[in-house]
Amino acid sequence: MLTAILALTLLALIFGLLLGYASVKFKVEGDPIVEQIDKLLPQTQCGQCSYAGCRPYAEAIAAGEADINRCPPGGEATILALADLLDVEPKPLDEEVGTEKPKMLAVIDEDRCIGCTLCIQACPVDAILGAAKHMHTVIADECTGCELCIAPCPVDCIDMVRTTPNPTTWRWPDPEHITLQEKIEEEQA
Amino acid sequence: MSIFRLSPPYLAGANHVTLQMMQVLLALVPAVVAMVYFFGYGVLVNITLAVAVALATEALMLRIRERPVKPFLSDGSAVVTAVLLALAIPPLSPWWLTTVGVVFAIVFAKHLYGGLGYNPFNPAMVGYVLLLLSFPVEMTTWLPVASMSQQPVDLMMAISYVFTGQLPGALTMDTLSGATPLDAMKTQISQLRPPEVIMNQPLFGMFSGKGWEWVNFWFLLGGIYLIYKRVISWHVPVAMIGTLFVISGIFQLIAPELTGTPMFHLFSGATMIGAFFIATDPVSGSTTLKGRLIFGAGVGLLTFVIRVWGGYPDGVAFAVILMNMLVPLIDYYTQPRVYGAR
Amino acid sequence: MTQQQLGSFPGGLKLPGHKKRSTQLPIRRMPISKRLVLPLQQHIGEAAVPIVEVGEKVLKGQRIARAEGHVSVCLHAPTSGVIKAIADHQVPHPSGLTAPCVMIETDGEDRWIERNPVPDFRSLSSHEIRQRVREAGIVGLGGAGFPSFIKLNPGVRHHVETLLINGAECEPYITCDDMIMRERAAGIIEGIEIMMFALRAKECVIAIEDNKPESISAMRFALTANKALSETTRIVIIPTKYPTGGEKQLIQVITGKEVPSKGLPIDIGIVCHNPGTAYAVGRAIRHGEPLLSRIVTVTGTDVTHAGNFETLFGTPIRELLEFCETKRQPDEPFIMGGPMMGYNLSGDDLPITKTSNCILAGVDEVAIASQPLPCIRCGECAVACPASLLPQQLYWYSRSKEFDKTEEYNLFDCIECGCCDYVCPSKIPLVSYFRFAKTEIMNQERERRKSDIARERHENRLARQERERVEKEERQKQRKAALAASKAAQKKAENTEAESTTEAAAVKEDN
Repeated sequence: MLTAILALTLLALIFGLLLGYASVKFKVEGDPIVEQIDKLLPQTQCGQCSYAGCRPYAEAIAAGEADINRCPPGGEATILALADLLDVEPKPLDEEVGTEKPKMLAVIDEDRCIGCTLCIQACPVDAILGAAKHMHTVIADECTGCELCIAPCPVDCIDMVRTTPNPTTWRWPDPEHITLQEKIEEEQA
Repeated sequence: MSIFRLSPPYLAGANHVTLQMMQVLLALVPAVVAMVYFFGYGVLVNITLAVAVALATEALMLRIRERPVKPFLSDGSAVVTAVLLALAIPPLSPWWLTTVGVVFAIVFAKHLYGGLGYNPFNPAMVGYVLLLLSFPVEMTTWLPVASMSQQPVDLMMAISYVFTGQLPGALTMDTLSGATPLDAMKTQISQLRPPEVIMNQPLFGMFSGKGWEWVNFWFLLGGIYLIYKRVISWHVPVAMIGTLFVISGIFQLIAPELTGTPMFHLFSGATMIGAFFIATDPVSGSTTLKGRLIFGAGVGLLTFVIRVWGGYPDGVAFAVILMNMLVPLIDYYTQPRVYGAR
Repeated sequence: MTQQQLGSFPGGLKLPGHKKRSTQLPIRRMPISKRLVLPLQQHIGEAAVPIVEVGEKVLKGQRIARAEGHVSVCLHAPTSGVIKAIADHQVPHPSGLTAPCVMIETDGEDRWIERNPVPDFRSLSSHEIRQRVREAGIVGLGGAGFPSFIKLNPGVRHHVETLLINGAECEPYITCDDMIMRERAAGIIEGIEIMMFALRAKECVIAIEDNKPESISAMRFALTANKALSETTRIVIIPTKYPTGGEKQLIQVITGKEVPSKGLPIDIGIVCHNPGTAYAVGRAIRHGEPLLSRIVTVTGTDVTHAGNFETLFGTPIRELLEFCETKRQPDEPFIMGGPMMGYNLSGDDLPITKTSNCILAGVDEVAIASQPLPCIRCGECAVACPASLLPQQLYWYSRSKEFDKTEEYNLFDCIECGCCDYVCPSKIPLVSYFRFAKTEIMNQERERRKSDIARERHENRLARQERERVEKEERQKQRKAALAASKAAQKKAENTEAESTTEAAAVKEDN
């Protein structure tokens, strides 16, 4: 009886130590959760989520203060990725914050621009070039389409245009849809 | 100009699912003829009934699942399932036995898993195993080969028995039926009778069961035709038959009293139909070439194990289903080395 | 010449060739079109930048666009004429999208600009040869259009053992390489000599499929005429099998070696060029002629007079098809490239570019649009795959958009040859799924890079704002300190007044 108890206790002790050692030794080092969330966000820095940028939103999600469905530029894909990462149920985009739109690009009408620098100050990624009293221009490659420059412009010279694919950025269509299309054509013929 | 596909390649190979299924059916013809010759017209009645039930069930399931009925019905997969199941059950089986087996195979083993291409288990074998477990008596009342029977089974007699359970005159199923060679071998070995003595009984032929050896031979020939036509690859049959041969050969050498000769195993029961027509089912089998060798070898090994130590005289159906379960694992570990990979 | 043991690659197909249709007549010259449309990007890499103005007169062979960045080549006027416009125009691309093009109205005089031939290429350095090849706008004429000068670099890290001339031309219907080898073998040999010299390659292998006996004998004849070259060069006849013409597959057949995954042939000391490219290099160096035209095969069941045509770049494809008389209706789609790896185009104004090897109207064993059946896991695709991939696994994951899984199954080693598609008994458009998945992954990658840059820029901006705030506070503190100091100073000494005011002014200015 006594030996049995002793043996079991000893065993429990050894396994406990082993497990403890393993948990320290083989600890999986991952990015802190904020970093991981931030990586999934589109980095538009538009503030539509009501936070001051993507990182503050990521921090809020990590702290459990914000829901995962508040990022209109990321849309469904981002919500799904976040749900996957955080192991929660995905939900539709919060309508309060906006709707998912195709990717846009800010373009300054250079004839109307008065060179007030207000848009330069508004741009979260420094994608607008120009100096006071001189015409400004958007670096198309760097623009995230956040629309933050629209409101400050006193002469309404900034337009959002849809980015059009060119042969290099063009993507092959999903064959699931093609099959349907072919079927329709088959029926018509 | 005809409407071509909107995406490359624009050339089409002649290969088609329906065509493959038709080839399989064609390859079964000689063995079916042999079975009719040895076991009577009940085989044909079984096949006809099974195909009719299979097509009706398939159509119904497609309708319920809101899938296009015509293209899927004409792919021929349901017919193949039905014929294989019909060949696996005893030649004189009541209609409800065939129907239950086929309906279960099509509904549960095929459509509930998503239909053609999605079933993890071979539907015909799932149907067969269900029948074997649920109706062991009906499933083991085989007929002896026609030459040994007092009463050959003609067409009218077969139809009458299948649909009404009536046999002409004073005949009963008990007087008609007899043990299969595999069954006889197993029972008598358990009575410690040596295999070579058993083999001399009238139930046995040259090196296996009388009639059975011929049926198996024609399945083998049909299988070779399928390999020649590239409908199936050689890997599964060769691995399965090879393994069965080697294992039974080893036991022949070290413990001859345990079971029959390698040739007995190869030409008994469902070995050949299993090797060429059942284990080669692409949907539920392994897809890589190495995987197919492993799959086939596994089926051969398990068949032998069940035949010798298991509770059933034949083990092909169980072996196939057991190996079906291992397919994802086999496939995962037998991926071919990609070009340029180290 | 000893026949070396040939290797082989797994999978592949024996396809009906249908090549005779377009090899009955010699190469013909396509008449000069009234209007040429020259896309600025006819090669892989950066688009060329136009250096001509609208309205400017140009001569044949005159440079009209310069190479931009490293992976890029120049573009020349294929004939003399006037620049009509520099604008977007539909280009031959599966997307059907437009891209910047230079439009030339030809004058029919075909007047050359002054050429700069170098009869003795040995007087040039390897670097000079590459420069000239780049200036001449030469790209791989097999179909991919990779700038050739890059593949003429002997390299620092690697050294080139073998120059492999890919005369396999394995795709059905296409015969432009076959015809150029039959008719211009001497020119190709000239080009090979220059390439060997530039690459400092030890040997050259000219690989030709055994279904092209005329090409083999023509090349043999031309090679024997060149004593020096024939010592290091051999012609290897390879069995006809699709896709032997794939660079990686050909290397496996010839050398038995494999190009490492995600690597290049040069990693194993091999450089692969097309015979047409070799010919173009010869013309560029020895005759000073830039790349202005190419041989285009026009064939197919709908074409009455199929054949091969030397066609100026920018020539509308419609004119070629009209020239050959087709049963095709206007605006009916046709195939650019072969029936296995080409893509269908519609639009009558599309121009011939440097990569247009074949115009195919009508295929014999045409794949009819049909609803695919489910995959029955028959594994035929895996057997046919020359890269030993598992197409059906890739199909599942591409279809369910699990792109990380597709990469695990080596999606990017797929060469899109279409073998799996061809053998699939369920008629699943496998390659379409793989192309879709590939461009989706590349797009995700692009987006990710873009968002990384945006994050960095945003963080830099925040850091800068923070720095500015701190500096401002610093200055305010300094000013306060200065003010306090000056007040104290004022109290202490009256005569330092002037100095402290200047200091306060300085602080003010600072703000």
